[in-house]
Amino acid sequence: MKLRPRHHSLWLAYILHRLSGLALALFLPVHFCVLALALHDAARLDGFLRFAAHPAVKLAEFGLVFLLAVHAFGGLRLIALEWLPWPGPQKTLAAAAVSMALLVAGSFLLQAH
Amino acid sequence: MPSITRTFTTTVRRGRPDGHFNETFEVPARESQTVLDVVSWIQQNIDPTLSYRFSCRVGMCGSCAMMVNGMPRWTCRTQVKKVLRNDRLEVAPLRNLPVIKDLAVDMDPFFEKWIEAEGFHHPSRSREDPIEPVSPENPGRVVADAGIECINCSVCYAACDTVTGNRDFLGPAALQRAWTLLNDVRDAARPSILEAVSRSGGCHNCHSIASCTASCPIGLDPMAAIAGLKRETALSCFRKSG
Repeated sequence: MKLRPRHHSLWLAYILHRLSGLALALFLPVHFCVLALALHDAARLDGFLRFAAHPAVKLAEFGLVFLLAVHAFGGLRLIALEWLPWPGPQKTLAAAAVSMALLVAGSFLLQAH
Repeated sequence: MPSITRTFTTTVRRGRPDGHFNETFEVPARESQTVLDVVSWIQQNIDPTLSYRFSCRVGMCGSCAMMVNGMPRWTCRTQVKKVLRNDRLEVAPLRNLPVIKDLAVDMDPFFEKWIEAEGFHHPSRSREDPIEPVSPENPGRVVADAGIECINCSVCYAACDTVTGNRDFLGPAALQRAWTLLNDVRDAARPSILEAVSRSGGCHNCHSIASCTASCPIGLDPMAAIAGLKRETALSCFRKSG
């Protein structure tokens, strides 16, 4: 039997928040390793930056910016839910968090060159 | 008696705690038929050994909740035509509770958690004292009123993924009950309630998934009640340290 209590938008918001948090946790050590190259291997860093200018990498970065933004806006929704004495329209707020994240990530992609 | 022109297939999960199996029945479709009507028809016409629980049949007692096509529902108020999928109905015992037999689950863990959450009235006056007038406009009363209509059906408890992952979690219904009492001016155990709901398995274990609110048959919002408890327990911590 398929479990249908999960068929609602706030469950999807919950999963998106968890998965984006997990993906960011995996990304951050790699990010810091690359930054550390500036201190001890500038030539390798330059090579990585040339690789990062590739359109496919920019598209992947769009995904990263989306994950970061959706985690941040989704987190703000949860903080508001738990700290404000007002439940708010949670489905609308979750949808707004995803929309804002797409806007931020889309703006990043448009100006990436 | 109206002639039977159509039937639909109903699969019932049956068995005891040591094992279960699915049994399929062809059930005649009726006008305004509820899922409880279907289960009762099977029990009365095909297999009298089918075990299930119900009482009032009008959505007040909270006895007849079951999983219907994967969703916990109060079966006496669930119309078959609204949940039928491809002319099939799947009925199973409530999730997150131990099965006694067939569709009847053991509700003890559910109600024990109400006690653990201090979800019972702690009198502030004796019967000799005059009745305390409580204005319906009192802000605490307004908040408490939003949650007191809970019928203890356990639908929210069955829908909750946090209960599935953490058997110590008190669950939406018990925490909502604690929230209503916390806001009840007649309740004399505010510190005990705050302590009970802030322990391991308490309100801070909730992930705000909101399956409880999405599935509550009478439209209550246990997630908002749990958020209120999180807020009050955190604020009380600051007050203690301040």
